[in-house]
Amino acid sequence: MSEMDTKVQGSAQPEVQEAAPSENKPKRDFTTGPLCLSGRGVTRVFGTGDKKKVAVDHVDFDFHEGEFVSIVGESGSGKTTLSKMLLGLLNVSEGEILFQGKPRDISTRAKKNEYWKGIQAIFQDPFASYNTFHKIDAVLLDCINMRGGKHLPYEKKVEMMTEACSFVNLKFAELTNKYPFELSGGQMQRLMIARIFLLKPKILLADEPTSMVDACSRATILDMLLSLRDEIGMTIIFITHDIGLAYYISDTVYIMEHGKFVEFGKADEVILNPKAPYTKRLISDVPKIHEPWDLDTVVEELA
Amino acid sequence: MNNTIKQLSRSPKFMTGFCMFVAIILFTLIYPLVNPGNPLEMIGVGTFARPGTYVSLYDAVSAQRETFKLADADDKRLAASISDEDRVAMIELFGMAGMELDIEAGDTEALLEAWEANFDTLIQTKMTSAKRKYYTRINNKLLDLKAADTLVVYEQGEEDSKSKIVKTDYVRTGAVANVKTLPLGTDNFGRDVLKELVSAAKTSLMIGLIAGTVATLVGLTLGLLSGYLGGNVDEIIMFITTMFTVIPSFVLLILISYSLGQEQRGPSVVAIVIGLTSWTWTCRSVRSQVISLRNRDHVNLSKLSGHSLGRIIVTDILPYIASYVVMAFILQVSSGILAEAQLSLLGLGPKTTTTPTLGLMMNWAMLYSAHTNGSWWAYFPVILTIACISFSLNLMNTGMDQVFNPALRDG
Repeated sequence: MSEMDTKVQGSAQPEVQEAAPSENKPKRDFTTGPLCLSGRGVTRVFGTGDKKKVAVDHVDFDFHEGEFVSIVGESGSGKTTLSKMLLGLLNVSEGEILFQGKPRDISTRAKKNEYWKGIQAIFQDPFASYNTFHKIDAVLLDCINMRGGKHLPYEKKVEMMTEACSFVNLKFAELTNKYPFELSGGQMQRLMIARIFLLKPKILLADEPTSMVDACSRATILDMLLSLRDEIGMTIIFITHDIGLAYYISDTVYIMEHGKFVEFGKADEVILNPKAPYTKRLISDVPKIHEPWDLDTVVEELA
Repeated sequence: MNNTIKQLSRSPKFMTGFCMFVAIILFTLIYPLVNPGNPLEMIGVGTFARPGTYVSLYDAVSAQRETFKLADADDKRLAASISDEDRVAMIELFGMAGMELDIEAGDTEALLEAWEANFDTLIQTKMTSAKRKYYTRINNKLLDLKAADTLVVYEQGEEDSKSKIVKTDYVRTGAVANVKTLPLGTDNFGRDVLKELVSAAKTSLMIGLIAGTVATLVGLTLGLLSGYLGGNVDEIIMFITTMFTVIPSFVLLILISYSLGQEQRGPSVVAIVIGLTSWTWTCRSVRSQVISLRNRDHVNLSKLSGHSLGRIIVTDILPYIASYVVMAFILQVSSGILAEAQLSLLGLGPKTTTTPTLGLMMNWAMLYSAHTNGSWWAYFPVILTIACISFSLNLMNTGMDQVFNPALRDG
C-alpha cells in the first residue's frame, strides 16, 4: 500500500507542473452558450410542522453548456441538497428544473436512466464512493454497459477501460482485478474521473471532489476535470466551500447562504468585487500566505 | 470473503463454538448409524432403569463358567447387598440403643462387625414391631449371604436341578449372549435415553434451523424494504413490527400453538410458528443498518449507473449487512431451540409419536416425576445438550462480533 502511495505522489508531481497553464483563464467564454440546466424556484423542505426545515429556498439558476460553475457556501447552506436534487436523487418540493431547455421528466425508471446518461457525479469521499465488495473492473464495465456497449467484445472493453485509465494517469493493467480499498484516496478519485471519461455526460456534478485528498492530488484532479471539460465540452457544476479554489477554476460562481443564492455572476466580478456581506466574509475567511490571517472578523461575525 | 474466513479461523471463541457445534451435529448424524433402530422403542418394561451395562441373568446361568478365588469377593458382595437406606437405619438403631459408635455409613466392614457383635442386644431396644421385623429381615439377609454357598437353578416343571451356582463361579460378559449397555439408562416408558436424546437433538436442531431461517428471512425482507424504501412502506412495516414487539412473543407463541390444536402441531409447524413470532428484532436492526447505508455515496453512484432497485439492494446493501445478518441468524437458531423447549415443557410443543424433541423429553421427565424420584438421567443430559447447543452458537456469535466489530476485540 505504501509503495503504491509513493507511486501516486511520484506520478502526481509532473501533473502539478502541467497544471500550471490552466491558471490562465480559458479564452473561450462559456457563460453565454446554450442553456444546459436551469432551475426556477427550486425548493426542498425536510420534515413537517415544527420540525420543518427549508434546506433549499426558491433558487433560480442557469448553467450553460461547457460552463464551469462553482456553488460556494459553508456547511449546512444547502449545497449538497441542491446537488442531490439536480442529480434526481432527491425530489424537488417546489419549483422545476429544466434540462436542455425542457422541463425535466424523471417520473419512471427508464426516464431516470435516460437523464443519468446526461448528468453524472463525483462525490466528496472516494473511500465511500465504491462498493468495496466489487472489483474496480466492475465499476468501469458498468459505465461501458450504460453507454450501450454491453455487447462489445471483451478486448474492446479492455481497450476502452485502458484508454480511460491512461487519461487519468492510471495503468489499467495494474488496477484490473483489484479491490477499491487497495488503492489510495487520490487513485480512487482519479478512477472516478475515468468513469466520467467513459460515460461522457453533458453535465458533471462534482461535490467537493478534492476535499478528502492531499494538495498534490487536488491539483491533478482539478486539472483533469478542466481537460475533460475541454475534451468533451461538458458543463461542470463544482460544489465547494473553498472560495479561493472556486476563483481559481470557475467561469461562474454562485454564493449560497441558508438555502438561497445571495450573489452570483462571473468569478472575477463576484470575488474581486463582492457585494453581499456573506461573500465578503467568505473571502476574508480564506487564510493568505503573505499577510496575517485576520481572525477578528470571524469572531465579530459570529458574535 | 476469504479474508473474513481467515480472520474467523483465528478467533479462539468462534473456533471453540464452531467445533462444539460441529461435534454435536456429527454425533447426532453418526450415532444412529452405530446404534440403529427406532429411538422411541420401549425396550424396558419398568420405568427409569439406571445407566449401566445390563447382563441377561438367564443367559449368564448357562454361559461357560470359570472359577476364581478372589480375596475381596465376600466383602464386596456384602457391601453391595446393603443399600444406603439400610446402612442409615442400622446406624440409627445403634443410636436408639444408646451405643455411641463412630462408624461411617460407607465403612461396611466396621459396621457389620459391630452389628454382628451387638445384634442380640440391639433387637431388644424398644421399637415398633414393624421396625423390629425390618431389622430382623436385614439381619437374616446378612446371615444368609454368609451361610449359603450354592444357588440351585431348576428348569420349569422339572424335578432335577439344571445347574448349581457357587460363589466362586464367574462368567465373562462376552460369553453371555445378551448384554445391553444403556449409558443413560431408560426413561419413564423404558426407552433408551441416549438414543432418544440423539434423535431429539437432531429434531430440535432442525426446528431451530427452520425457525431461524423463517425469522431471518421475514425480518431481513421487511427490514430491507422498510429501510430502503422509507415513506409509507416504512410506516406500515414499522407499525406491524411495533405491534409484534409490544405483544410478548412467547405469549403469542403459546396462543398460536394452542389455537392450532394438537393435531396440526408437527415439528415443522411449530418451527414455523416460532419463526413467525421472533422476526421483529431482526427487522428493526436490519432497517436501522439499511437507513444508514442507503444515503452512502456508493449507493447513490449505483443509482446513477442505472441499477435496478433489486440489484442495488442485493449488491450494494446486502453485502454490507451480511455479517450482521449471519450473526442474527445464529442467535435466532439458538433462541428457536430454546423456544421449542419452553413450549414443549408446557405441553404445547410438537405432537409426535415418532420423533422426540429436547423439550418433549423434558416434558415426559417432568410428567413422570423424574426430578423427584432421583432419576437424573432422564432430564439432566437433555438440559446439558440444550445448554451446549446454545452455548456453542452464542460463542460463535460473540467470536464473529469481535471479528466484524474491531472495537470489541480484546487483547
